[in-house]
Amino acid sequence: MACNLQTRLEAALDSDTVDISLIREVLDYYRHQAGSLITVLQETQAIYGYLPMKALLVIARELKLKPSKVYGAATFYTQFRLQPVGKHLILLCQGTACHVNGADRVAIALCEELKINIGETTADGVFTLDTAACLGCCSLAPVMMIDGQAYGPLTPDKARAVIRKIYSTTTAAAGKGETT
Amino acid sequence: MKVRVGLGSCGIAAGALEVWDALHDSAAPGLEIEKQQTGCNGMCYQEPLVDIIDDSGSVYSYGRVNPQRLEEIIAAHQSGAGPLAAYLTATQDHDGDFLSRQVKVALRNCGHIDPESLDDYRLSGGYAALQKALTLSPQEVIEEVKTSGLRGRGGAGFPTWFKWQNTRTQTAPVKYVVCNADEGDPGAFMDRSVLEGDPHTVLEGMTIAGYAIGAREGIIYCRAEYPLAIRRLSLAIQSARQSGLLGENIMNSGFGFDIRIKQGAGAFVCGEETALIASLEGERGMPRLKPPYPSVRGYWGHPTNINNVETFANVPWIINNGGAAFAAMGTEDSKGTKVFALAGKINRGGLVEVPMGITLREIIYDIGGGIRDGKRFKAVQQGGPAGGCIPEAHLDTPIDYQKITSLGAIMGSGGMIVVDEDTCMVDLARYFLDFTQKESCGKCVQCRIGTRRMLDIIERICAGQGQPEDIGLLEELGRQISEASLCGLGQGAPNPVLTTLRYFREEYEAHIHDKKCPAKQCKALIKYVIDADKCTGCTICAQRCPVRCICGDKRSVHHIEQEKCIKCGTCLEVCPPRFSAVRVD
Repeated sequence: MACNLQTRLEAALDSDTVDISLIREVLDYYRHQAGSLITVLQETQAIYGYLPMKALLVIARELKLKPSKVYGAATFYTQFRLQPVGKHLILLCQGTACHVNGADRVAIALCEELKINIGETTADGVFTLDTAACLGCCSLAPVMMIDGQAYGPLTPDKARAVIRKIYSTTTAAAGKGETT
Repeated sequence: MKVRVGLGSCGIAAGALEVWDALHDSAAPGLEIEKQQTGCNGMCYQEPLVDIIDDSGSVYSYGRVNPQRLEEIIAAHQSGAGPLAAYLTATQDHDGDFLSRQVKVALRNCGHIDPESLDDYRLSGGYAALQKALTLSPQEVIEEVKTSGLRGRGGAGFPTWFKWQNTRTQTAPVKYVVCNADEGDPGAFMDRSVLEGDPHTVLEGMTIAGYAIGAREGIIYCRAEYPLAIRRLSLAIQSARQSGLLGENIMNSGFGFDIRIKQGAGAFVCGEETALIASLEGERGMPRLKPPYPSVRGYWGHPTNINNVETFANVPWIINNGGAAFAAMGTEDSKGTKVFALAGKINRGGLVEVPMGITLREIIYDIGGGIRDGKRFKAVQQGGPAGGCIPEAHLDTPIDYQKITSLGAIMGSGGMIVVDEDTCMVDLARYFLDFTQKESCGKCVQCRIGTRRMLDIIERICAGQGQPEDIGLLEELGRQISEASLCGLGQGAPNPVLTTLRYFREEYEAHIHDKKCPAKQCKALIKYVIDADKCTGCTICAQRCPVRCICGDKRSVHHIEQEKCIKCGTCLEVCPPRFSAVRVD
């Protein structure tokens, strides 16, 4: 029964459109290094922007690990995501200094501006809004990080302005790409 | 003339890269300006920071620099007019000096040297300690660390020499040195600062540890949220290898040691030694029962010595200056200096390194400049999610491991969040519990389910649905979770609740019995009201209200529809100060 289930699962996943050849090199490099699962997952996520189920299954097969173990690690660590992310990842800091300096009001403003909840991606795929436990820029609280760049100290209005600026740059670049 | 720009993550967030880029255009033609990047000197509240070192070698520190100010500053120095007093950090630092009370050991190079230059580190005395250590026997190195009295700076405060000795006496041929750079405490950023500002000191400390315990390999477990730290560490490792400071036969001593970086993937519990090792081995980061300690059975079963970043950063100083010099600072129980990350509702937030034994009041008022906006101090949350809240009555307590513990808090990694009268202590306890509850690895039932139940209770108290027996329930659950959890996360998880219950019980009682939040923070217990006598009907609040629940005609008194209000506080924020018509009840 269990085997049957697994076969069916694998069949369903095989129809996934993810190009697995992109992680061949990573798998070949780490195949014989014990304990490299987390690094492999990190590099896989760097390639796809998230961890496709099909990739998890291939990683399990290639590293000779149980799929449950790979899935277990992928869901244990907050860095890993099983859904695609938007073009720009917004990490709103949830650190203590940010909390006492009004991070929740910034969160409300961001959700309102982007019309999504925390953990979601905008319909146009431009932004994903997520949180981080602490970005370590406590003196600039409240802080958010977008694509590795920290912004702070924020007010609801400043946060909106940052988002709008990035949005206009992104759409302008996309428009240019279409015409040329 | 040399211009030094602080390019730590926090400086960059404050706009230091624009200042750095502007440096290209600032020099008057024909005048040479030497540019140097550096890490953070701890004065985060005045970022971006720029130092001008004139030809006589005098250093002038400027704060809150932007490209335009930079131009003015450089012009002033080049024209011979001398320093531009208005922008000097000391001038902007109105009542007191952030730096004069500090003693820098772990942070000695941060903000002074270029973290991407091995030469800079060596010029400031770097790798002299390694050279000296290699002339001593491993046992002599451990004795020096023992004399220093150095205790682990990551949280538990275990004597460093004792860990080293334990690992050294293991007969196994393969041993490891691990640097715990998984700085997960919300509110602590000293490790990030050291890694970004002085990465070589960590490598040097680790190499000395490797020599002392007989290891040939070191691993730095660094959180992935610190991309700049990882980049600078990688550069430092490369340049150390190229100069024969890592690898085979270091400094012709016959001793070989190399270091690699492993990125963490975001799990607070991985700061616990055994969970960290599990994570290094590619597993979920779940702690296991100790003993055996990692010094006996660690990474892949081999004896492993784990210390935190700040601990390693102290080691080269101790070897260079002698353990006795380190032990001369501090208290009977806690020697040397400690770095604290001062943040929250404080005037001068940043990293401060002070001798142990200084009082909380000295740190918060003399160094930190007291509470922002003239508000009243309420508490300092010391030690992160496993720490506790210390009230004003205990501000004169000298800081050392034992005294902090006796107050119900912990030294932890040194995060110090100052809160004022506007912070609700029940909400702060809820915040920390929410954090530990999410970060619980799930292994111990008491931690996994107990923290969830405690959070449920606190959430209902904040929502105005607290019941008289809730306080007793919280205390009982807290005790059980502390006793029955395997690791520090679970053992410490109830601390923020227990300490706030100990010192701020009346706030819990107000929430439960009177359905009031004294700090006016808990949304379910407050309402925003427009004062009819003060409102002029300027309509700003009505325009900005995200749920359009403010009604009223132009130039007539406005009114908030309470049923629709989401209590976001926008109206309070946007009401012009000359009216101040919005208040919280």
